[in-house]
Amino acid sequence: MEAYVSLFVKAVFVENLALAFFLGMCTFLAISKKIETAIGLGAAVIVVQVITVPANNLIFTYLLADGALAWAGLPNVNLSFLGLISYIGVIAAMVQILEMTLDRYFPALYNALGIFLPLITVNCAILGASLFMVERDYDFGESVVYGIGSGFGWALAIVLLAGIREKLKYSDVPDGLQGLGITFITAGLMSLGFMAFSGIQL
Amino acid sequence: MLDREQRKVILDPLVDNNPITLQILGICSALAVTTTLAASLIMCLALTGVVAASNVSISMIRHHVPSSIRIIVQMTIIASLVIVVDQLLKAYAFDIAKRLSVFVGLIITNCIVLGRAEAFAMKNPPWMSFLDGIGNGLGYSLVLIVVGTCRELLGSGTLLGYEILKPVTEGGWYYTNGMMLLPPSAFFIIGLLIWGVRAWKSEQVEKPEYQIHQVHRTEVI
Repeated sequence: MEAYVSLFVKAVFVENLALAFFLGMCTFLAISKKIETAIGLGAAVIVVQVITVPANNLIFTYLLADGALAWAGLPNVNLSFLGLISYIGVIAAMVQILEMTLDRYFPALYNALGIFLPLITVNCAILGASLFMVERDYDFGESVVYGIGSGFGWALAIVLLAGIREKLKYSDVPDGLQGLGITFITAGLMSLGFMAFSGIQL
Repeated sequence: MLDREQRKVILDPLVDNNPITLQILGICSALAVTTTLAASLIMCLALTGVVAASNVSISMIRHHVPSSIRIIVQMTIIASLVIVVDQLLKAYAFDIAKRLSVFVGLIITNCIVLGRAEAFAMKNPPWMSFLDGIGNGLGYSLVLIVVGTCRELLGSGTLLGYEILKPVTEGGWYYTNGMMLLPPSAFFIIGLLIWGVRAWKSEQVEKPEYQIHQVHRTEVI
């Protein structure tokens, strides 16, 4: 249990996907003008992350890893080079299924999250989390926790940035730095702040 | 060799329509891999190769793909190309591949690749799409090389591993700036780079959402 809590805290603060690994930057910078939209997108990322990271973990352990096909009588087959294409396929399919399920059974939630879901397929934070999960050899339990933690960390970062940007529009920014430039500097300062968490172990 | 329009397709993305500083595409890897110049160069080569190849292949099949499934077709092509690049790097440049870790795989979701496929290759013939891919790859590379040079030179006093500024720890005079090796510096350098480009090309400046009323000395409040 303790290991899981530690992994969660590490995924949220120390190894924050947006601010320490720069994943999902395009959406992070483009959709952070308003707090409400940032919260919607953040929630969608958490949901997708919780589903796709464990799903990719199962696919890797039982289909792709070296010797994983032993249950099918093929112990010498190593399909790990197919990893990238399978993960992105799983992510695209999961997002599509999620969109259809929400549309059918939870129309209110679909209206809130709907426009963000297609964007998430090409969000590198999602694919990045799956790749980190493979690189660090997480087991199934750890991958569930890592999915929640990394999604939550990304959502936290984008909501914080949106909060800062809502205030920032009243400040007198030099012409060339207006918009994108000042957003980069702000994100840099946030990332500097998040570095204070590094080295924390539970 | 190239006529005027073709030259424009290649040269436009360098400064005037740069994928990173203007279109906000493909920023993740631009920030993450630039701690050393060598890693940045490998990443530039990998990305330019993938964009050019994916643009050509998508442009060749553009009349045969139904528009409802075009995204998944594009993703499959891009993912296959990235797997080839990944395997090549693992075979011939294992150290660098290890250092780039997941970021080679993340070329799949690099918005430059999908963005160019969608915006240019679906509408233009293969040769023009190839040039557009090379142009955008070069625009991306330009930013990566500038950021990579700044970070490696100021952070550890070396370039491509050769010592340029002798650090104090080895009896030299240069105090290495440790922050340059950490993630936040990449944000600052790109932010300043955007400022520089926009000071030069003032038509790229964004309009502020909320303008503070400017008072002139002659005006009565």
